[in-house]
Amino acid sequence: MVKRIEKDHTRFRQIVRGIIKKNLKKYVSQGELIGRKGKHAVSIPLPQVRLPRFRFGDNKGNGVGQGEGEEGSPVDTGEGRQKAGDQPGQHILEVDVELEELAKILGEELELPNIQPKGARLTAAEKGAYTGIAKAGPETLRHFKRTFKEALKRQIAMGLYDPERPVIIPYKEDRRYRSWKRKPTPQASAVVIYMMDVSGSMGKEQKELVRIEAFWIDTWLRHQYRNLEVRYIVHDVEAHMVDEDTFYHLREAGGTKISSAYELCDRLIKAQFPPEEWNIYPFHFSDGDNWSSRDTERCVEILKEDLLPVVNAFCYGQVRSAYGSGQFKKDLDKAFPDEDALITSDIPDREGILASIKDFLGKGR
Amino acid sequence: MGNLTPRLAEARDRIRDIAAEFGLDFYETVFELVDYDELNMVAAYGGFPTRYPHWRFGMEYEELSKSYSYGLSKIYELVINNDPCYAYLMRSNSLVDQKLVMAHVYGHCDFFKNNLWFSKTDRKMMDRMANHATRIRSFIDRFGLERVEEFVDACLSLDNLIDIHAPFIKREAPPPSPEDRDPSRVTVSKIKTDRPYMDRYINPPEYLEAEKKRIMEERARERRFPPEPRKDVLKFLLEYAPLEPWEQDILAMLREEAYYFAPQGQTKIMNEGWAVYWHSKIMTSKVLTDEEVVDYADHTAGTLAMMPGRINPYKIGVELFRDIEDRWNKGRFGKEYEECDDAEKLANWDLHLGLGREKIFEVRRIYNDVSFIDEFLTAEFAERLKLFVYGFNPQTGRMEIVDRDYRKVKEQLIRQLTNFGQPWITVTDGNYENRGELYLVHRWDGVELQLDEALETLKNLYRMWKRPVHIETMLGGKGKLLSYDGSEAGTRDITLSEK
Repeated sequence: MVKRIEKDHTRFRQIVRGIIKKNLKKYVSQGELIGRKGKHAVSIPLPQVRLPRFRFGDNKGNGVGQGEGEEGSPVDTGEGRQKAGDQPGQHILEVDVELEELAKILGEELELPNIQPKGARLTAAEKGAYTGIAKAGPETLRHFKRTFKEALKRQIAMGLYDPERPVIIPYKEDRRYRSWKRKPTPQASAVVIYMMDVSGSMGKEQKELVRIEAFWIDTWLRHQYRNLEVRYIVHDVEAHMVDEDTFYHLREAGGTKISSAYELCDRLIKAQFPPEEWNIYPFHFSDGDNWSSRDTERCVEILKEDLLPVVNAFCYGQVRSAYGSGQFKKDLDKAFPDEDALITSDIPDREGILASIKDFLGKGR
Repeated sequence: MGNLTPRLAEARDRIRDIAAEFGLDFYETVFELVDYDELNMVAAYGGFPTRYPHWRFGMEYEELSKSYSYGLSKIYELVINNDPCYAYLMRSNSLVDQKLVMAHVYGHCDFFKNNLWFSKTDRKMMDRMANHATRIRSFIDRFGLERVEEFVDACLSLDNLIDIHAPFIKREAPPPSPEDRDPSRVTVSKIKTDRPYMDRYINPPEYLEAEKKRIMEERARERRFPPEPRKDVLKFLLEYAPLEPWEQDILAMLREEAYYFAPQGQTKIMNEGWAVYWHSKIMTSKVLTDEEVVDYADHTAGTLAMMPGRINPYKIGVELFRDIEDRWNKGRFGKEYEECDDAEKLANWDLHLGLGREKIFEVRRIYNDVSFIDEFLTAEFAERLKLFVYGFNPQTGRMEIVDRDYRKVKEQLIRQLTNFGQPWITVTDGNYENRGELYLVHRWDGVELQLDEALETLKNLYRMWKRPVHIETMLGGKGKLLSYDGSEAGTRDITLSEK
């Protein structure tokens, strides 16, 4: 049964996503995803569209409550948690969920658009469907129309068909059955290339931010592509391919030459991931300090000449750190003001991760 | 009727008979067994199986489904005020929960049938809602979903502008005073002259006649429209706003629905309290088996849990009913009791009147939340339930307990409950400045309107009235007039009009 409410629900989701009825979009209040309490707590966003009414403002001030406490004791009204300036009607339910489950929720809750795969690579994936016809098969799959047709053809050929008395009696040989046919289907593949600045200025906290963000990005892309390859590159003045564990835990000191990573990334793509077969997502995280502006120019050149033409999206996430100047993002934004394939995002702290993920993946590239 | 399993049907029959024995008086009640998804859907529709298409129901549904699937909450009971009453049971609930819900539902049904404030509601609302749905669907077929939905949104944005007392009072415009209409009563002031023979020339009769006519016209213009402030703004719009017939029809239907739901907002505390009172009475005295006690207690404890920062209507309601019953059983009311100042005597006061049961039945018949709290919330009760008033402390930047005085608690509660928690707004002028503009007044009671929403709401009002609209209110301690003229929304300072 298709539920009646489904139509209403679809319509509501469309409003929330801003697809229809744009005039209502401004009444939508958004929740957020990652909880702040411990690493397993999460708040589930509950977007609400609140039609305007003549109603009492939030400066309602007083209310009646129940419980212990002296005069002057703080009261958790459920609204107090939200800082001033939050939108009204924000409705967050806090709940404990295992990280595993979280992954499933991500896509819908962040309202990420589905990615439009660029290249299609034929892989072993096969899809089956009852599209064929066979002469033998189980009776439950008998194709009545075809069987009837066969019988009719045979009777006409044998001269047994009498238009006055059109009785068709199928023999065993006339019977036709639906059959299962395998069809290889093209399957999009994707590669994510994480690059991280591991120079002295990237501290533990900065790496943690990158780790969390990379986890979510992985989760999402895995959801979108069955066949996902991941490569890790770390760089200070030189770039190296490393494994996942090293990527997150390596700590090096020293300067930063971002172009080294971009060059390695380019070589990697050229050698292993031809863009006509792969959807390519390079992600680069750094604190925005590059060794010299000459090197930044070199980075811009590589991006322009080699990387941007072949990737789905090149994402640059700038983690805020006490030492970083944050110049690199400004330079990129300046060099590519209208480039859709280059997405830059600022990650000030843990709270900012969510917005940043949305920046990167919200375009559906 | 219904689709109960034999075991549930048996439980229902038993509980129904027990409830009737206790003196509860209800319409026939049909229980439907549904799974959680259907229940969420029906709950999103406000308890009705069929409603007109609208995204808002989808929004409710999402909220309910999410809270259910993440294990945050589930709907235990859903019952609608109709004859017969319809109530829903979730298939996955345990038998003890089902029994509890049934007992609870009979409490609600009795309340629906007997509480005065429900007496004017349509008891065939199930059919009516379905009719509304059909009609709105046919409008959608004719005019398109976008157009109809946009109008429904505008109606919903205004649907708290009703007069909850209207069903009980016949409000009619007072007949126009005779002076206004009778030309012979109009006196035109003449220019004074001490030469009577000159009067004809100084005050020519034609002039006097013309002047009289002018005054009459002016008075007619001054005659107020509406003559008295009208609280049922929706009705005013229905009567006077230049709406298309289909728009008028939709507005009328949505207004009806708003009136249908209003008493539930007016009696939330009482209605829930009454239902809890009866489910616990029925369950604990007659129905529970030994092995069900723990589950029952656990469940009831959850329902009645207190949360700081908000009041639980179930808890306040049932405790207040029990308190009333106890007081009337022991005779702890009236002049003698209230004037007694012997603490020991008071503590042991018991006249063995046994009037409690009778009293609570009376209370459930004639009170609503406001009068219920006003009349029966006592100092002892407020203390026992640890009620307090909280407020924002700008120095610490947080909400804090302000007072535990029961009078303050009562005052605050009543303020929150008055007009079911909605601002009190009336139409005072449908021809403001003689330009056909609409003028509303928000009766100030200490709480400001949400400004941005109010301005947006004015746009929806304009959508109906099609001339500039205004609402008078207070912001930051000053009189303000919020206006929307079709292109721009704004506010300006004004002096408040006389009450």
